[in-house]
Amino acid sequence: MQTIGRPVPRKEGRDKVTGQARYVDDLIFPEMLYGATVRSAVARGRIKKISFEGNIPWDEFTIVTAKDIPGENCVALILLDQPYLADEFINHPEEPILLLAHPDKHLLEEARRNVQLEIEPLPAIFTLEDSLNRKEIIWGEDNLFKSYKVEKGNVDEVWQSADFIIEGEYETGAQEQLYIENNGVIAIASPEDGVTVWGSMQCPYYVHKALLKLFGLPEDKIRVVQVETGGGFGGKEEYPSMIAGHAALLSWKSGRPVKIVYDRAEDMASTTKRHPSWTKHRTAVSRDGKLLGMEIDFVIDGGAYATLSAVVLSRGTIHAAGPYSCPNVRIKSRAVATNAPPHGEERFAESNKTSRQKKGMGFASFMHGAGFTGSGEKYLESVVGAEATADGRVRILAASTEIGQGTNTIFAQIAAEALRLDYDSIEVAKPDTGAVPNSGPTVASRTCMIVGKLVESAVLGLKQTLSGSGLLKENYTQEDFRQACRSYIEQHGALKSYSKYKAPPGINWDDEKYEGDAYGAYAWAVYVAEVTIDTVTYEARVDDFVAVQEVGKVIHPILAAGQIEGGVAQAIGYTLFENVVWKDGRMINNQMTNYIIPTAADIPPIRVFFEENPYAYGPAGAKGIGELPMDGAAPAILNAIENATGASINHIPLMPESLIEALGGESG
Amino acid sequence: MGWETEYEGFLAMLDEADSELLATEGAGSEEIKAFLSEDGEARRRFLKQALIAGGGVAAANLLLSYRLNLFAQTVESMASRSSSTVESAVTIPITLRVNGKTHALNLEPQVTLLDAIRERTGLTGSKKGCDRGQCGACTVLADGHRINSCLALAAAYDGVEITTIEGLANGDQLHPLQEAFIKHDGFQCGYCTPGQIMSAAGLLKEGCPTGMGVRECMSGNICRCGAYNGIVAAIEEVRGRQA
Ligand code: FES
Ligand code: FES
Repeated sequence: MQTIGRPVPRKEGRDKVTGQARYVDDLIFPEMLYGATVRSAVARGRIKKISFEGNIPWDEFTIVTAKDIPGENCVALILLDQPYLADEFINHPEEPILLLAHPDKHLLEEARRNVQLEIEPLPAIFTLEDSLNRKEIIWGEDNLFKSYKVEKGNVDEVWQSADFIIEGEYETGAQEQLYIENNGVIAIASPEDGVTVWGSMQCPYYVHKALLKLFGLPEDKIRVVQVETGGGFGGKEEYPSMIAGHAALLSWKSGRPVKIVYDRAEDMASTTKRHPSWTKHRTAVSRDGKLLGMEIDFVIDGGAYATLSAVVLSRGTIHAAGPYSCPNVRIKSRAVATNAPPHGEERFAESNKTSRQKKGMGFASFMHGAGFTGSGEKYLESVVGAEATADGRVRILAASTEIGQGTNTIFAQIAAEALRLDYDSIEVAKPDTGAVPNSGPTVASRTCMIVGKLVESAVLGLKQTLSGSGLLKENYTQEDFRQACRSYIEQHGALKSYSKYKAPPGINWDDEKYEGDAYGAYAWAVYVAEVTIDTVTYEARVDDFVAVQEVGKVIHPILAAGQIEGGVAQAIGYTLFENVVWKDGRMINNQMTNYIIPTAADIPPIRVFFEENPYAYGPAGAKGIGELPMDGAAPAILNAIENATGASINHIPLMPESLIEALGGESG
Repeated sequence: MGWETEYEGFLAMLDEADSELLATEGAGSEEIKAFLSEDGEARRRFLKQALIAGGGVAAANLLLSYRLNLFAQTVESMASRSSSTVESAVTIPITLRVNGKTHALNLEPQVTLLDAIRERTGLTGSKKGCDRGQCGACTVLADGHRINSCLALAAAYDGVEITTIEGLANGDQLHPLQEAFIKHDGFQCGYCTPGQIMSAAGLLKEGCPTGMGVRECMSGNICRCGAYNGIVAAIEEVRGRQA
């Protein structure tokens, strides 16, 4: 009967291996139109004129501009600074300006290329340096989206007494999430029936919130449904609000269903990427190896609009000092604006470096906070529901999305265990804002620990109701449970239970002072990488990789190992090959042939080990996993390279050409 | 080492065709240049893989369809520039045989096999990750050989026996590879999975050339979720059982 800790079959496994799983591009609605986005080629400027050229039957097209927006022209997220369609000013390349829809995909593409934009260019900035120096003010009064400061002890006093002072600057590049399924949605919208959107996404309620503002409709007139989603990795967190709004605007105007699915080049060039960052570390150490003080300056490039930069920055600030105990710390962090497409969230990475060991081998020890940073979880007030049917089956109602990480399976395991029922008698409802409560976004490694806990308490609520009404005794069988459900539903109608987030006792965070417990729990890990450097081509290869972590109780050993392996594979790419090439704020290598991600041949067998240490406030003792592996793999690999070559590397991705440079610099 | 000589030969052919294309002047020549330079590397790698894996005939077929596809794309965009009405499109009758079923279709010559399968036969299991031969999500079997259906023209596969992910199981009985992918968790989001499994099915038949492992022979199929450990374990298991 026990399901926790056992490798039960994935809920959606059979559909995925037989080709039956339906993703958004597999759906066709009657009378459906295809939608396309006309985007800016310049980074900053003012729209002078839009004209419709070529031998195109323009009267057959639905054309939407900012003037057609029924509500507010902004993507509601943290700040309201990003428009759905640029009205006058352009702030980054690929900024959407106009939308087209037509029944014929091919003609649509032709038409898109025949919309002529006349844009008067304005000076733009593309680097952190120019933004910090305010070479041009492009956002607010000072280009600063957000800044934080953390102080502990007195750092200024430690430098004198320190035996060693270690200083370094580190840079990380942008990374494209490159989920294999591009962004896509289908929308049906009309003033009478409201707006319904089906799409590939991580956070249906983010989209819901954004559409409320865009159309100015009441909550129950907007419905967002997640369909099977082909990967997200943080890249389908806020962007789906944009594409969903676009499809809905086209549908609103045309009166027909509209599908927008990006092609690879458009997806890579225009959607959010991992933030590029720059960090300066200064660390004071004593002769006996104690950390005396750390001063850290951390800057991330948020692109042209604020999006989720503040959230990413906050997480970076709190993780900047790493898992070490240190009495004196000062951390200063800033998120700044440049004229690049906005950068969003991604499994977070952190390049803190540790000491060397043997030749060609490196390690990193690190931690990752599970759940939203600071008071995030308190404000989210996530809710999960559970519903029993007359035949004794239980349905979990949550907006947390399955994007490959195994949400459905893990929720069913947690519920089955809590109720002592068969795994197969638990179903997980499709995330649909019309049918499930808001269990918060599927981000920040929160789904298992935070939402999983709510699943546990919601299903226990069902049991309490049944035993409270005398229908279920203490020791029950699956059959007893079924009988009890049937009698209850006959007498009272439905049997449902909801559970809302409460912070575990003793967890407090002060937003004003930016102090306290930023996370309820951390996952801890040590990663070891072994590398070989080809001294002719300067290519680095990871030969072996060992990942040891403590994530509380492991709910599904195979899924958990898969999450770690996948994250490490992405991190290997991030460290060694994934180089976004920018030109005037545009990504110019927006193809899978020139933005290289790892294949099976590039990834060593990744050996994953779990040290189980149940966490009292997680479901069955579990904590979060999702983003953990991205934090430690890069530093472990860089340390291994340093160990192998003697070259000290302080930026990623480490392309062969930079390794040549680093080594050339050392030897002469 | 037969494939290597063949590879050299094909490369020479490719280069010749490229230079011919590059010499064309007038409308569309910029696009052609951009297209060729962008994709040159990919084409070479892909061709090499096809040769190693599939042998001469399949590779020749692939090469041909790639060239046709390229011509069709550029010619189409040039044509639509001068007179851009869809009605002018000419269609040709072709017989598509997918998973044992015959579909008589009228298709424009530039329609890819992937689009024909997805949009005209109702089988949406084969996925489109890039539409340019770069990811492998669209892999299907053509007369038992694995191909990227986004690079193949439907017209070039008239009458050829195509197998997609939907045709792999025997009724309710999953193919051993499908079972093994479930058992070893060889997927997460599942978007690359149909391509991975079809590619693995092709590989089982072809076998890995000596000196190459499953990882190399599967390197045309990208999995961003990084389920490679599971994918390789699943294939190894089924291969082991077959041997
Ligand atoms: S869709 Fe065919 S290879 Fe990517
Ligand atoms: S399972 Fe997601 S890309 Fe392979």
